[in-house]
Amino acid sequence: MNTITDKKQLSEFVYQMRILAPLIAEERLPGQFIILQVSDDGERIPLTIADADITSGTVTVIFQVVGKTTTCLSLLKIGDQVAHIVGPLGMPTHIEKFGHVICVGGGIGIAPLYPIAQGMKQAGNKLTVILGARQKDLIILENEMKKIADELIVCTDDGSYGRKALVTEPLKALCENSPNPNMVVAIGPAIMMKFCAETTRPFKIPTMVSLNSIMIDGTGMCGGCRVSVGQKTKFVCVDGPEFDGHQVDFDNLIKRLSAYKKTEQEAWHKCRLEKL
Amino acid sequence: MNTKKNTCHSRENLKKIEAYGVLSTHHRMTIPLQEMPAQDPNERVKNMSEVSLGYTEEQALVEANRCFQCKNAPCVQGCPVRINIPGFINAIAQRDYQNAINIIKQTSLLPAVCGRVCPQEEQCQSPCTLGKTLKDKNKAVSIGRLERYAADWDRQNHLVKSPVIQAETGKKVAIIGSGPAGITAAADLRRAGHSVTIFEAFHKPGGVMVYGIPEFRLPKKIVELEIETLKKMGVNIITDFVVGRTRKLLDLMQKDYFDAIFIGSGAGLPKFMNIEGENCIGVFSANEYLTRLNLMKAYQLEKFETPIYHGRKVAVLGGGNVAMDSARTALRVGAEEVHVIYRRTEAEMPARAEEVGHAKEEGVKLHLLQNIHRILGNDAGYVKAIECLRYELGAPDTTGRRSPVPIKGSEFTMEVDTVIIAVGNGSNPLIKQSTPDLAVNQNGYIITDTDGKTSIKGIWAGGDIVLGSATVILAMGQGREAARSINEFLAQK
Repeated sequence: MNTITDKKQLSEFVYQMRILAPLIAEERLPGQFIILQVSDDGERIPLTIADADITSGTVTVIFQVVGKTTTCLSLLKIGDQVAHIVGPLGMPTHIEKFGHVICVGGGIGIAPLYPIAQGMKQAGNKLTVILGARQKDLIILENEMKKIADELIVCTDDGSYGRKALVTEPLKALCENSPNPNMVVAIGPAIMMKFCAETTRPFKIPTMVSLNSIMIDGTGMCGGCRVSVGQKTKFVCVDGPEFDGHQVDFDNLIKRLSAYKKTEQEAWHKCRLEKL
Repeated sequence: MNTKKNTCHSRENLKKIEAYGVLSTHHRMTIPLQEMPAQDPNERVKNMSEVSLGYTEEQALVEANRCFQCKNAPCVQGCPVRINIPGFINAIAQRDYQNAINIIKQTSLLPAVCGRVCPQEEQCQSPCTLGKTLKDKNKAVSIGRLERYAADWDRQNHLVKSPVIQAETGKKVAIIGSGPAGITAAADLRRAGHSVTIFEAFHKPGGVMVYGIPEFRLPKKIVELEIETLKKMGVNIITDFVVGRTRKLLDLMQKDYFDAIFIGSGAGLPKFMNIEGENCIGVFSANEYLTRLNLMKAYQLEKFETPIYHGRKVAVLGGGNVAMDSARTALRVGAEEVHVIYRRTEAEMPARAEEVGHAKEEGVKLHLLQNIHRILGNDAGYVKAIECLRYELGAPDTTGRRSPVPIKGSEFTMEVDTVIIAVGNGSNPLIKQSTPDLAVNQNGYIITDTDGKTSIKGIWAGGDIVLGSATVILAMGQGREAARSINEFLAQK
């Protein structure tokens, strides 16, 4: 169980792994995530399921190395096992034929966006995909997206690939088109999602975001993942992870995401020293 | 407490008792109550080890001789699982500890746990004839401490035996959740010869006994032993499995061919206060705080990786056992000041008096007739203070407790950097979300009849997912009732 059957490094800090978890592969739907523990003593981290294959019984996760746990995970090889995986967690994405759907993915957020974009396409939507990252090598899954999108726009902050722009620029241009797009799905860093929601707000285009707050159990028990949505406290793990982007209090989410930053950096630093 | 002095007294008392030969009621009334030896408060706040050390043999013998052995035994009626209390106490008095534990185990599956965490002062000890005669319920026979003594004796002598299993019936039962309700139901159903599988969402079985109740009140080794016993009985335990997500409830019957299901999924979403500043960094539900420290062992920094927020000045909101557990845990991980804020008086606190007493001894400060009004954060979103209101007690509410009424204009602020909210839990929506036919009440708790039967044939439920919030022993009682009903159902199937 939980054996790593495939591993690819997508960029300097981004890895893709396929992990044997047949029950999760069978049940999972786009938008859902798993909680993973590298070792028995390790912390529990949520990772979105980027893809799954029922035949081989595997789920695909894509993660960026940001701290100790993701570093340890990145060091595992094909054939190794992770101690624990639980899922699929969270509410699946609401997928239907909306008409024209724009999927906006930023950096590592492109991974959870992929199955949603797939689902939206399968449901018969016209699909525009906007991918953005700081630089070229942080753009992931471009070929996969190209295969399903009717239109693909790539931008980088530094102009090293595609357009030199933030994702909100092409998004705004598309919103100004007539007829308006019917639905926007934005997944990426909280700050990116915030500005995507601000971009679509004047056009009143429904905008769904997928939040990645800090979690422990992932089943509604701890409340660590809570966010404020439309002035109400919601739990990302059981009420989400997807919410109406126009209702989310992103400023609070951004602050809460930084709660353990110092501990995380210290642990990562120590972990890297141990590796040397 | 000075353990040595205590033991010395009990030895003298025991000699006296033995000299009497046959004890009269009067004699029994004069035997002093045996206090529970405990770690010194100044020492124990620096460690996670168990606070209460357990009776010595002499103490147990002296305490057991306080029991009148009265015929009507009101204590038994006070026990949710109806342990034959005079019977096991008499066995202890006879030094027949094996018999004592056998008697307890006829009805209680987890005596080492219940002897530690049951609110005996409200249950078996409350109607105790000795306490009534002495006109002080605090002087009732220490039934809980004696139960713990018998259970610890059993464990320490490595005599814990797996119960006898009836011939295999070929019937399959799924148990959802490995807390007190699930464990009890699993054991009773396995004893009847059914194939039993427990599904646990966390990576470790034990439920609230593992993630919630701290090590210093319930050592995890004790829970692990209970789980080991279940495994030895042939109960299959599958962790990392969330029924409702990994597998839908009805799929367990339709795809995996379980003949019956017991849902003991426990407490759900922690309640928040819906006050300003509640999402500041440094505000935790008690569930999150305790889970990080107990289940994820965040206090063992060198070994375990889950981070914990190190508060210097901690405010805990609430007056129950979970509030006390949170406050005492905060002290143990280095908080300089811990303030428990409760809007009624100490008399109304739902926490066990013993836990409140322990908390106070350890330096936890109680702020009664006060409530948090809002939480103030700094620019970076971290808690910097709380604003509180003073309260007074008004007319009794539906629970019979006098309801607290805020005093206008009594706002004051208290500087803290951590707030732990321990005001109870709502229901967990996971199973209901994926099982529309399962009837729940307006608060989301599963509706059952007295046998624990839900609205779906073949599915039972018990514990916190039915009761809202209860105790270990009440959850056990429901697990046992449901198991009895499931056994009847399977016999006819």
